[in-house]
Amino acid sequence: MLHPDDIGPTPWAPLRPLPGHVSRGRLERVLRRGEFAVTAEINPPDSADPDEIEHRIKPFEGWVDAINATDGSGAHCHMSSVAVSALLIRMGYSPVTQIACRDHNRIAIQGNVLGAAALGVANILCLTGDGVQAGDHPEAKPVFDLDSISLLHTIRTMRDEKRFLSGRKITGPPQVFVGAAENPFAPPYDFRAIRLGKKIAAGAQFIQTQYCYDVPMFARFMQRVRDLGLHEKCFILVGVGPLASAKAARFIRANVPGVHIPDEVIARIESAKSQKAEGKRVCVEIIQQVRDIAGVSGIHLMAYKQEESISEIVHESGVLAGRMPWRRDLVQTTQAVETQGAA
Amino acid sequence: MRPEDAFAHRGVARRPLPSRSLRLWSVRHAKLLGATYRMFEKVLRGLDPAFRRIGYSRLERPVASLERAVKQALFDCRMCGQCVLSSTGLSCPMNCPKGLRNGPCGGVRANGNCEVHPEMPCVWVQAYAGAERMDAVATLGQVQGPVDHRRAGKSSWLQAAQDHAAS
Repeated sequence: MLHPDDIGPTPWAPLRPLPGHVSRGRLERVLRRGEFAVTAEINPPDSADPDEIEHRIKPFEGWVDAINATDGSGAHCHMSSVAVSALLIRMGYSPVTQIACRDHNRIAIQGNVLGAAALGVANILCLTGDGVQAGDHPEAKPVFDLDSISLLHTIRTMRDEKRFLSGRKITGPPQVFVGAAENPFAPPYDFRAIRLGKKIAAGAQFIQTQYCYDVPMFARFMQRVRDLGLHEKCFILVGVGPLASAKAARFIRANVPGVHIPDEVIARIESAKSQKAEGKRVCVEIIQQVRDIAGVSGIHLMAYKQEESISEIVHESGVLAGRMPWRRDLVQTTQAVETQGAA
Repeated sequence: MRPEDAFAHRGVARRPLPSRSLRLWSVRHAKLLGATYRMFEKVLRGLDPAFRRIGYSRLERPVASLERAVKQALFDCRMCGQCVLSSTGLSCPMNCPKGLRNGPCGGVRANGNCEVHPEMPCVWVQAYAGAERMDAVATLGQVQGPVDHRRAGKSSWLQAAQDHAAS
């Protein structure tokens, strides 16, 4: 059953403001209530057809609390993250709008933050972005006017001080829950927790990590995080995803920046009868292991081209513990709001 | 496909990278160079009255040229005009292809090399090593604001002398 705080007058309207919350979206409420959150990611279509977005999210509707709309992921050209987010909101979903620093300077980014918030975006994820060399337009001019940390600082300044970076006043500040990414699996390992602290100091309220395939390494990172007390200052969602086969795992490890997959994981998938099923089982086991690590608030599922497996993985891992995230067929009438509010 | 080929510009020869041997030497000797710079900074501050008599604007070009020559040799300096070397373990963050001044991106390779240039050591892996040698890991935690692009090509040394006068 949906929590009464998560029900608005219409599925696409901002929720009733709550004390202690910066945004009017569902994700912040789920996390602040202490529920184990599940987010997933979709790669926006190479198309101007809005129906393609619906096709991609339909398989996991009702299984995730928010959906990340990537911003030119892997430096490839796709539909813009703000537009995808607006289309998701129109359908009633809660998007996490990703903003990468690769393609826009500080003038464009601040304009996009205002525009996204005006369209109903309640969550923004601040990223540096992959280099242009990784994408389909390696000849493009990389911008990187801001970095992820100065971007976090910029959005917090806009929201809390109601000012642009220049100091000019904003009349209606963006009410957004601000997040960042972190990769505990890339060197310099000892710097990663310090860097997370920097992101929190700059304004990060939630973190979605890079793919986790090495639980002991992640546990060591979390130990540093707890030593610094950072898990009390932000919500940490662990990035997870199924590997389709040993071959796919090797390709990802070699070609996707920042993904660390231990040899044992690949060997285990390779020796299985059905590699795809084993990849899913590995993912479910990782979810169950990281769920029990102190300071973990949720998971972020990235199942590129395996969107249909998201619902099965969430179901088999049991992380929702009977809770049901929002979905379209839960039609909320005024009467339902009243009865649930009274209960 | 070799991993580094995934990052090669298609149909375009890779731009030759500048020599980095001296840059890496500087990080290895971060402790000595850091102490030298702190002394030099004191001298700069002491020179502020003299600089003012001559005029900062008149000094800008010759001092910037000198600074460029010295720092380009030692650090592959890019003359951003707002030097943060002393809080990045003497590894210049402007050599990062993404120009990151607040820490490494998530794409650093397992061998500690750059995502964009697979043969180049990540400037932030170097920065962490340099800061450890300088006993200054805490300085890496300072949040650096975005770059003021108007200062590109200007002298950070003169700015340091001036900032002292203002404070």
